[in-house]
Amino acid sequence: MTDAGMITVEGIGKRFALPQGVMSRLAGHPAPAVHALNGVSLQIRRGETLGIVGESGCGKSTLARCLVRLHDCDDGRILFEGQDIAGLEGPARRAFNRRVQMIFQDPFSSLNPRMKVRAILGEALSVHRMCPAADIPDRIAALLALVRLNPDAADRYPHEFSGGQRQRIGIARALAVEPEVLVADELVSALDVSVQAQVVNLLLDLQQRLNLTVVFVAHDLRLVRHISHRVAVMYLGKVVEIGATEDLFAAPRHPYTRALLDAAPELDPERRSRQVAARGELPSPINLPQGCLFHTRCPLALDRCRTERPELTDRGPQHQAACHLADFGAPSTETTA
Amino acid sequence: MSDTAAPRARMILPRPLIIGGAILLASVVVGLFPALFAPFDPNAFDYGALLQAPSWAHPMGTDNFGRDVLSRVIHAYTIDMQIAVFATIVPFVFGTIIGALVGYAGGWAEALFGRIVDAVITFPFLVLVIAIVSVLGPGLVNMYIAVGVVGWVFYARIIAAEIKVQKRLDYADAGRAMGYTHLRIIFRHLLPNAITPAIVYWMTDMALAILLGSSLGYLGLGAQPPAAEWGVQIADGKNFMATAWWISVFPGLAIVLTGLGFSLTGDGLAEVLRTKR
Repeated sequence: MTDAGMITVEGIGKRFALPQGVMSRLAGHPAPAVHALNGVSLQIRRGETLGIVGESGCGKSTLARCLVRLHDCDDGRILFEGQDIAGLEGPARRAFNRRVQMIFQDPFSSLNPRMKVRAILGEALSVHRMCPAADIPDRIAALLALVRLNPDAADRYPHEFSGGQRQRIGIARALAVEPEVLVADELVSALDVSVQAQVVNLLLDLQQRLNLTVVFVAHDLRLVRHISHRVAVMYLGKVVEIGATEDLFAAPRHPYTRALLDAAPELDPERRSRQVAARGELPSPINLPQGCLFHTRCPLALDRCRTERPELTDRGPQHQAACHLADFGAPSTETTA
Repeated sequence: MSDTAAPRARMILPRPLIIGGAILLASVVVGLFPALFAPFDPNAFDYGALLQAPSWAHPMGTDNFGRDVLSRVIHAYTIDMQIAVFATIVPFVFGTIIGALVGYAGGWAEALFGRIVDAVITFPFLVLVIAIVSVLGPGLVNMYIAVGVVGWVFYARIIAAEIKVQKRLDYADAGRAMGYTHLRIIFRHLLPNAITPAIVYWMTDMALAILLGSSLGYLGLGAQPPAAEWGVQIADGKNFMATAWWISVFPGLAIVLTGLGFSLTGDGLAEVLRTKR
């Protein structure tokens, strides 16, 4: 890594406890929990777009929520400019929240249905004292223009807008506090394809103009490839591969990444993949597999994979993967299943 | 939905709200200025006109002291509308605040609250209120205290359940991610989305409070004779039910009408306040 990350995620884990019966507790069974994150480590650099991809239930959204501290991590820590965000309280926490903002997946539940757009944006501006009270109406108009909404949108309620418009209001709310980092959790997955492009292009445009750092969580590989500088692939709450977008898409170094790319629908029937690169279903995040989390579905699994969990190791400049098969996907020794 | 925001629909008030609101408005006006409407002094005895059936002079007849029943029903609006408001406002406000805090906090606060709810709903409401009033002594103020001590639980339970739903929605997380304080999220963001069922229940509860006030009046634990109060009036007439039905029936009809006003208003408000998504 050349420059130090703006946000450094160090081996964070997050569990959600499940209800445990009295008998089970008396019998001394460990408390059941969903292991949403299992030692995620990555760095987010200033000004970049980091895409985070993976299947449903792989912990993408949990990671996004940990980044803005909607969840506190159970293990590990998240450093923002070298400072552990778990220790932030009061004004320091508010200042952190101002600088690291989030945009939510569901445009229909992420805006308060009883507040007009003016109130939603005005509240963010006034709580964080972004501008003198007299300037708030002008600032709201400027924000709406920034996300390409009419100024008269300010006096409407969220239910009067379409999904794409609401998502742009969500972006305007996040931008109201002039953040440096935007965490976009499945920003467009709830939108029609035609509207997706509008919203994504708006985000890219804003990123350039405002020099934002963007964490883009999504399951749409083509979209992530289109907009990300780097991509992290998650599986069962762990980053299994991370690298520059083109390196990773051109030569995936982890069998799971390969499986994901192969699973993406191919338009050309000649190029349709014939082999199944991953079999079976995602294992339960309640009882994690021993060893490598992916070994139950990996076509290449060895004995070692069943006992020892691999960590991220370098596979090239700015490219890491967590797999015992160090040669997997390497240009010289093309490995196939 | 089209790409341009839809034009706002003109607000059309639902009919129940209009009718219920009209009944309540009239009730409040009568309650505030009973002397303008009552033909006689409600407490004036007229030994020349005892137990008279309804007539043009006394449209609702007279009771066993010759008091004009219509005038007493009209003057009772003052007390009974007071009961409706005063017996419910404290439970509504206090219960809403407690319910919002408990529902948001969850955990042990919610568990403790759940036990309190269990303890209160184990007893029939009326029995509990009667027990408290008998300890404090009869009278309206003690009745308000008794209802306040018990009644907030029902509001709190409604609000807590709603807040629990609302706090899981993304807009609540958006508030937290903005760095807003918990109190701001609870009372400015969640509560306006959670309070509608409590308001609707409040309307029904005001009708129930009048019934409760009348029941206690009937039992001699609420408003004290000779005050004109519907429950007291019904109790006054119970010995004459076979011969002078009008003493009890007209105050009873007044209770029905007012209760109808509250219920219709509640139904209408539920429709108007429904959250649009």
